[in-house]
Amino acid sequence: MKKSDLLPGTLDMLILKTLTRGAQHGYGVALSIKRLSDDVLTVEEGSLYPALQRLLLQGWVKAEWKMTETNRRARFYKLTAAGKKQLGVEVSQFEQMIDAIGRVLAEQS
Amino acid sequence: MNAISRFLIKLSLLLRRNRFRADLDEEMAFHRAQAERDLIAEGFSTQAAQTAVLRRFGNPAALRDRSHSVVAFRAETVLQDLRFALRQLRKNPGFAVTAILILALGMSVSLAIFGFVDAVLIQPLPYAQPNRLVFVTESAAIFPKANLSRYDYDDWKRMNTTLSSLDVVGGTGFLLRMGSIVEPVPAARISDGFFRTLGVKMLLGRDFLPGEDQPGRAKIAILPWSTWQKRFGGHRDVVGQSVSLDGAAYTIVGVLPREFSFAPRGNVTFWVPLLDRNGCETRRSCHNLDGVGRLRDSVTSQAAFADLKNVAAQLERQYPDSNRDQGAFVQPLKDDIVGDVRPILLMLLAGAALLLLIACVNVTSLLLVRSESRRREIAVRGALGATAARVLRQFVTEALLLTIAGCTAGLLIARWLMQLIVKLIPRTMADNVGFLSNLGINAHSALVAVAVALLASLLLAAIPALLLSQQNLHNTLAEGGRSAAGRFWQRLGANLVVVELTIAVVLLAGAGLLGKSLYNVLHVPFGFDPTHLATAYVMIPDGTLAKNAQALALYHDVECRASALPGVESVGITTDLPVQCNCDTDWIRIVDKPFHGEHNEVNQRDVSPGYLPALKARLVRGRLFAADETGAKPNVVLINEALARKYFPGEDPIGKRIGDLKLTPKSMRQIIGVVADLREGGLDQPIWPAEYQAIYQTTDNYFAVAVRTSQDPNSVLPSLVSTIRAIGPNLGVYGEITMGDQINASQAAFLHRFSTWIVGGFAFMALLLGVVGLYGTVAYSVSQRAREIGVRMALGAQRSAVYSMVMRQAAWLTGIGVGLGIACSIGASLAMRKLLFGVSAWDATTLAAVALVLAFASLAASFLPAHRAASVNPTEALRAE
Repeated sequence: MKKSDLLPGTLDMLILKTLTRGAQHGYGVALSIKRLSDDVLTVEEGSLYPALQRLLLQGWVKAEWKMTETNRRARFYKLTAAGKKQLGVEVSQFEQMIDAIGRVLAEQS
Repeated sequence: MNAISRFLIKLSLLLRRNRFRADLDEEMAFHRAQAERDLIAEGFSTQAAQTAVLRRFGNPAALRDRSHSVVAFRAETVLQDLRFALRQLRKNPGFAVTAILILALGMSVSLAIFGFVDAVLIQPLPYAQPNRLVFVTESAAIFPKANLSRYDYDDWKRMNTTLSSLDVVGGTGFLLRMGSIVEPVPAARISDGFFRTLGVKMLLGRDFLPGEDQPGRAKIAILPWSTWQKRFGGHRDVVGQSVSLDGAAYTIVGVLPREFSFAPRGNVTFWVPLLDRNGCETRRSCHNLDGVGRLRDSVTSQAAFADLKNVAAQLERQYPDSNRDQGAFVQPLKDDIVGDVRPILLMLLAGAALLLLIACVNVTSLLLVRSESRRREIAVRGALGATAARVLRQFVTEALLLTIAGCTAGLLIARWLMQLIVKLIPRTMADNVGFLSNLGINAHSALVAVAVALLASLLLAAIPALLLSQQNLHNTLAEGGRSAAGRFWQRLGANLVVVELTIAVVLLAGAGLLGKSLYNVLHVPFGFDPTHLATAYVMIPDGTLAKNAQALALYHDVECRASALPGVESVGITTDLPVQCNCDTDWIRIVDKPFHGEHNEVNQRDVSPGYLPALKARLVRGRLFAADETGAKPNVVLINEALARKYFPGEDPIGKRIGDLKLTPKSMRQIIGVVADLREGGLDQPIWPAEYQAIYQTTDNYFAVAVRTSQDPNSVLPSLVSTIRAIGPNLGVYGEITMGDQINASQAAFLHRFSTWIVGGFAFMALLLGVVGLYGTVAYSVSQRAREIGVRMALGAQRSAVYSMVMRQAAWLTGIGVGLGIACSIGASLAMRKLLFGVSAWDATTLAAVALVLAFASLAASFLPAHRAASVNPTEALRAE
């Protein structure tokens, strides 16, 4: 059951991006990333929850216990204003990186 | 968000740690439930879905820990490690107690010895700017460090340019009368500025004023704190009171503070000014004072030395008779006070450090065996996701815990050890070493304790670290932790044991050499029979014996009454008892021999006719004094063989005449006999030429009585003292002791005995630890090789072959340890050869004995495991797998 590894440093960005569509619980975040990437990206639970704690600590997300549609208690994460700003920063950094990598690859082929 | 608010969030989470955990657990449970539900929806069975989710999730505890570590403080994992370490040690109390005890042993010994080193060598002398103080005195041809004469002192004080002040102190004794009791007490005469030079302020009253030490000035005294407390009840109105010393009234002007001590004169009960010149001080050639100077700013002790040498040379030109070959000697005051004990203390410190090292190595090998058996635990922890750093930190925590416990116990034991060692030091010796009152656990020793504990835990943690870096988790798990015990441990364990054995040999050899020195010191030729000899000193008040006839009557009375005591065989009187010092010397000149003014320095003693027979000294030639050879008859003298050898080589000295430097008629005396060398000086000092004059022909104001007894000389001491007191109530009788005790308490005997006992103790503990270490290594290797031994025996190996296999291993280790140890101990004993007496650093018998002791002990230690190995039942050993 080999999972595709995420590019290092991208997990926080992906989580923040997922949360732009509204508050989600951890499972929801993992599921969204998986679906949106057409099953290419799998977030390991072992990294997801530490990452969520990290984002909480940075103040980029807020957590709140709510009921799900199936009437179970779950912790929902919501993007904060600081989180939005951070997402912008990370996305632009990531794009710069991809551009750079792309240029290098184009040169090679 | 800044660091402060992050910290606050962490802090709030720390306070709600259970809540945090519960939240996380619930969140992950929800996650799992959702995942399961989705899998079931995809058509998995409930069972399969659960398994798949569990597998994907991994260990929930590890998962929680990872989230936890994001928000946790670092210290929390330290606490965790600590809790785990405590649990580990509690689970194995035998190991913990043994390790802590061994560490405590090493630490306590080192800290106790360090306490002495600190008190004596490191802490400054209790004076103002003590490093500016120098000890100043004259040197003579055979005394590198002699005394100052009062006339020379006056000139030195005036002529030197390097000292801002120069003062002197000389020993004296008084007959103190308090009420009806007369008691001889030691005292010191000082120049007026003595305490100002030291920078000591009076607790009560005033210091001596400039000029108050001059002849004819008022008789005044300063009390040390102990005298004030003991004899004057600590009353503050003591200043202004008068006290009767030698029948004269001295006014007390001041009291010294409690912390004051002056080690070279440790037992002084009264400090008085120099005042009138005593008999000795009327001559420039008589030396009785010690100088203490304070260096001028930016002047070194060497510069002062050069300056005073110059002054001495000027005086030698000015007074060619009295000052011939009289140089100067200057050294820092601290060196003068601690010079004798410094090498001993440093040697003891080195010994203690070695013992500590052995203790650490011993605990390390215990840890090694233990980490060997914990190999699987480490592997499991690694497999569960513990990083190598985390596992290592666990070991460091355990090591720290052990050393801290060991160090704390060590500090407590060290305090007790110090008190024990202080009790070994006779009072008089402690007074002269000085400053032992500073002894104890202080900031210095606490600092050293912490440093030692850190170093030790570093050593202790290094071993598991090495082990970790060597091992491969998967292999360990796969092999079931069986044969991995192999080479690495064997090599390391064996190396450690060799270190232990080497150190044990060094300490044993040191103890052996010191013990041999002690034996040699106590068995030097005495030239007399020191057993069954009781002695006491008598002080006669000034002016009591105006004439020789009065002295003669007193001597006769003392000899007569003392010999009538039960158990007394014979009685003698002398000015100086033997085994004291090469001191109280005289400059002699031999008639009809070439003479150029040189100072022929010889020990000079006045003795009664019965003295040499009472001591059982051997007369080599000629005759002894006759009882009727008194002041009325021509002066006669006996010499020892050393004097005869030096000044009458190849001649018969009997009948020759000697006198003072000028051959003044009344100094002339005829040699009537030669006695075998009597040991006048200390046990480890050379025999000097000596002359014995007839005390019946002189008048002194003190003498000593030596009594030969037929029974235990201790039993005679009380009656001897009371008998002499009964002769004259003004006579001060003091220092009563048997010659045997006197010899045992002498500095040479004491210092040798002290270092022998302590290093001997170290050596014993080192031997014990080393041998136990060897036993542990061999026993462990046997237990690890049980299967191999079983196979060998199943294949037909004889028991004797198994014995020899195990013993060979032990013999190898012992052989290497002894070899290295002997090499190291030759180096060590060369370094301490100044402390040895009559034995060379490479004393073959000592080294051979040490090797034998260690070999025998090792043989005994390895026999048990060898026996166990040889009685292995092959079937059982093989089935045990």
